[in-house]
Amino acid sequence: MPDPQSAALKRTPLAAVHESLGAAMTDFAGWQMPLRYRSETAEHNAVRTSAGLFDLSHMGELRVTGDDAGEALNYALVSNIAAVRQGRAKYTMIVGADGGVIDDLIVYHLAENDYLVVANASNTAVVVAELTERASGYAATVTDRTDDYALIAIQGPESPGILAKLTDPDLVTRMKYYAGYPALVVGHEVLLARTGYTGEDGFEIFADPDDAPEIWAGLSEAGHDAGLVPAGLAARDSLRLEAGMPLYGNELSRDITPFDAGLGRLVKLDSGSDFVGRAALAERAPQAASRVLVGLVGLTRRVPRHGYPVLWEGVRSGTVTSGGHSPTLGQPIAMAYLSADAAAQAGQARGRDDDQGSSGAGLAIDIRGSAEPAAIVRLPFYSRGARD
Amino acid sequence: MSVPEELYYTAEHEWVAIADSTARVGITDYAQRALGDVVYVSAPAPGTRVTAGDPCGEVESTKSVSDIYCPADGEVTEINSEVDDDPGLVNSDPYGAGWLFKIRLDSDDQIPPGLLSAAEYTAMIADEEQ
Repeated sequence: MPDPQSAALKRTPLAAVHESLGAAMTDFAGWQMPLRYRSETAEHNAVRTSAGLFDLSHMGELRVTGDDAGEALNYALVSNIAAVRQGRAKYTMIVGADGGVIDDLIVYHLAENDYLVVANASNTAVVVAELTERASGYAATVTDRTDDYALIAIQGPESPGILAKLTDPDLVTRMKYYAGYPALVVGHEVLLARTGYTGEDGFEIFADPDDAPEIWAGLSEAGHDAGLVPAGLAARDSLRLEAGMPLYGNELSRDITPFDAGLGRLVKLDSGSDFVGRAALAERAPQAASRVLVGLVGLTRRVPRHGYPVLWEGVRSGTVTSGGHSPTLGQPIAMAYLSADAAAQAGQARGRDDDQGSSGAGLAIDIRGSAEPAAIVRLPFYSRGARD
Repeated sequence: MSVPEELYYTAEHEWVAIADSTARVGITDYAQRALGDVVYVSAPAPGTRVTAGDPCGEVESTKSVSDIYCPADGEVTEINSEVDDDPGLVNSDPYGAGWLFKIRLDSDDQIPPGLLSAAEYTAMIADEEQ
């Protein structure tokens, strides 16, 4: 619903397109973004079975350039960025000196001494500030280029075929997952990347804002017969939840280290090089986790949501970080931080039983005052190719 | 936005169809659009005594959960089992196949107090959209 503040919301280069499609819009991190066009469940299912088209222009884009750009990022981020070859991308994190996650990022190595860092919209300003400060001792320049990029994602099993009609088909065939390089799409120069946040094959297209409407229109037309539909943030959230992907503000925060989130593999402790947060994470790494991120399936139909308590044998033992109805599984699902003790006991209880846990006997989610039985399942809830 | 003339409404976006001292209850087209896809409806069980203005059930959508407020005093006689099987009926046909439950009204008065006419409800949602 429009409110007096909506005038202050940023609009993406595709705002007029969303309007003409009749999208329900929502305020997301200061941006006016499409929440859904028609049914978010239909949009979700389209991405799983054919393809969906997303406007992600709210995401933050930073360029890090200069002779020491790779070294500066190595110091600023937890992963070994200097080892990322040109044309490849890496999922990584920026943490504070205490090891707490400031944001999760994708870094693309565009060219020699030239990197693109993609940040969450809600964190772009803080990432710009932190990277700028951390790069200050290096021959590297950090520039916020968010307003210079539109970001369009096409996700789903049909996306390579659709994209191949609009660019060099060999490029589409050759491009590996987590690769990204310059391409012509609908005749416009873009950065084309095989990345995404849905658990499906797909591409992200970083384009000049002026070109975005033509690229969107080209993809819409090329994908029409394959069942491509525009998809909003509601579908994006349910897709990433099924895929077990963390969302900043839910699974990730300043109070969480990468190890807590089960993403310790991103941290380059063994490389010997220094980075912000190294000392704290080196101390944290060998410790047994006091809490673990788990996947839960609700055994009733009520839907767990962010912030709901998780109970083990009646005692509060954790908190739901993300929850929702899974269109693919037809069940309520959630990710939650659970005490390591409770997770171990619930896991053992599950191991003793047949498939769908009687672990439900001890494990429950407090859904507005009612303890609804739940079971721990392995993440992700959904992985492509695992269907049938 | 559909607001059928012959129905009555609550300020909490339920609609009520009254016939033979029985009220059939659902949520409005405006409400289902605001909620998004409905994934589960918890309606009061048949036999439950309900009081006008009290929460008596829940509608869960992909993004949120909303209470259902009872529009009148009475006893629940029936719930719509088709909505239990296919909650999407609330979105696709909110005033028809997507009805939620029926109440036998306590009073023989035709119209329970406090309900809004279609014109009043239309004016109210126009205000909310401002």
